[in-house]
Amino acid sequence: MMGLPYDLIVFYLFASILVVAASMVIFVRNPVHAALFLVLSFFASSAIWMLLEAEFLAITLILVYVGAVMVLFLFVVMMLDIDLAVLKEGFVKFLLIGGVIAVSMLGLMISVVGPDKFGADQITPPARHAADYSNTEELGRVLYTDYVYAFEIAAVILLVAIIAAIMLSLRKSRSAKTPNISKQVSVKKEDRLRIVKMDAVTDKGERS
Amino acid sequence: MIATWQSWLGLWLPEPLPMILIILLKIVAIVLPIMGCVAYLTFAERKIIGYMQMRIGPNRVGPRGWLQPIADALKLLSKEIILPTKANKALYFLGPIITLAPALAAWAVIPFDNLVVLADINAGLLYILALTSLAVYGVLIAGWSSNSKYAFLSCMRASAQIVSYEIAMGFALVGVLIAAGSLNLSEIVLAQQGSLLNWFWLPLFPLFIIYFISGVAETNRAPFDVAEGESEIVAGFHVEYSGMSFALFFLAEYANMILISVLSAIMFLGGWLSPFQGLDAIGLGVVEEYTNWIPGILWLLLKTSFFLFLFLWFRATFPRYRYDQIMRLGWKIFIPLTIIWILVVGGMVVFEVPPWFDA
Repeated sequence: MMGLPYDLIVFYLFASILVVAASMVIFVRNPVHAALFLVLSFFASSAIWMLLEAEFLAITLILVYVGAVMVLFLFVVMMLDIDLAVLKEGFVKFLLIGGVIAVSMLGLMISVVGPDKFGADQITPPARHAADYSNTEELGRVLYTDYVYAFEIAAVILLVAIIAAIMLSLRKSRSAKTPNISKQVSVKKEDRLRIVKMDAVTDKGERS
Repeated sequence: MIATWQSWLGLWLPEPLPMILIILLKIVAIVLPIMGCVAYLTFAERKIIGYMQMRIGPNRVGPRGWLQPIADALKLLSKEIILPTKANKALYFLGPIITLAPALAAWAVIPFDNLVVLADINAGLLYILALTSLAVYGVLIAGWSSNSKYAFLSCMRASAQIVSYEIAMGFALVGVLIAAGSLNLSEIVLAQQGSLLNWFWLPLFPLFIIYFISGVAETNRAPFDVAEGESEIVAGFHVEYSGMSFALFFLAEYANMILISVLSAIMFLGGWLSPFQGLDAIGLGVVEEYTNWIPGILWLLLKTSFFLFLFLWFRATFPRYRYDQIMRLGWKIFIPLTIIWILVVGGMVVFEVPPWFDA
């Protein structure tokens, strides 16, 4: 009982959840279910990162992808009116070309991250750190010293992207007719009211 | 004491079991009081709002109505759970569970006193932020799987609101992180040691206010309760739920309220620290001496209760915000303000402004 490799058990548990959830993302028909399975696979991969003592990255994965990105995904997917029968239609038609692409992608990935490059005999497992090791501090130190320029440039690019996205969604011509409050408040009497002096009109004779 | 229990259990149980048992016991010791607090928070809400509106509030069940929450719980437990036709069954039941689970899991890193914490992890603040951002899933799943227009509209409203205010909340926490220099909640409290004026409410005052208001918005409480909007969309995303599955949403809402209150107390009002600390400097050291015996958890609970009272007070006082006003407040006022104040805090830390950031 003493020598049970707990981290291996945890790893295989979350790895199998990850594999199952990731394949369900593709195989499940309902797009909302697929998005939720993607959330589950994010959780499982975050747990695996946690095993590597990368707690900052693991929690940030949950915070950013699960907490923000996938919520917006679900938002869109839930509002779509998807006809499941139409989705099934093209399956046989695209089977051949899809299969070719899938096999070639698999071959590419194996050649890049295959066991001869990332196998257990190629890479020694990282040593366990002491309890006071803080992954967050380590990351911060590296980001703000060695990679500070790359980091700042990436930040500026992101800022530009944010501003661009806001500009794209900013609509100049508004169809809704809303009153301009500051204009209304700053209006003066002379702008609205014109007092015209004129003589009293007297009509003679007609009525008698 | 816990170590002796663990070694005593180790005498007849195989190796990992004593540790797991002790952890489970600790979890029970945290969750059970929270459940009790939730039950009596609903009672407090009805009573306090009642008195604020010159009513008496519930007073029939038990002496002065003190057994009302228990009667409510029994009623909800014995009610039928209805599954709407064409609802997505699996997700329909997953919704309330997913709402409640993060609200309770976040308590794992809350320090109740010095070293009294279930999981004293380095990235505690990040963990809290991640878990509070998960609350939106329960709302989304429940609203969508009910297959009802009212529930769906409300879930869209609620999730847009939660996602918007989460950003302001996250920035407020970044300010705390800069000020304390740590993500660990215990160290954040210890960084506020000194006196009442050393607590972070003073140097981080705008962030403190923004954090609490965003917390009110995150929990979908009045005046930000457009997600419920009983006058427009009946009761919000849980309109199709009944019985215990409905009660789980309520449990989660109140557990989240308590969580936000505890977090505000820990990050801005010095957590378990006594407010009489450091009175020596103005010649009132006697007060500090006489109140030393009060355990820290009592101070934490008092501060938490203060924030909970604010939640109820808000609900009795303010009319509901209009939806575009909610979005304007979150995006155009809170987020720019927090970003500016993060710069200010950064400046204060760099120039070691006393009394908070020197030494």
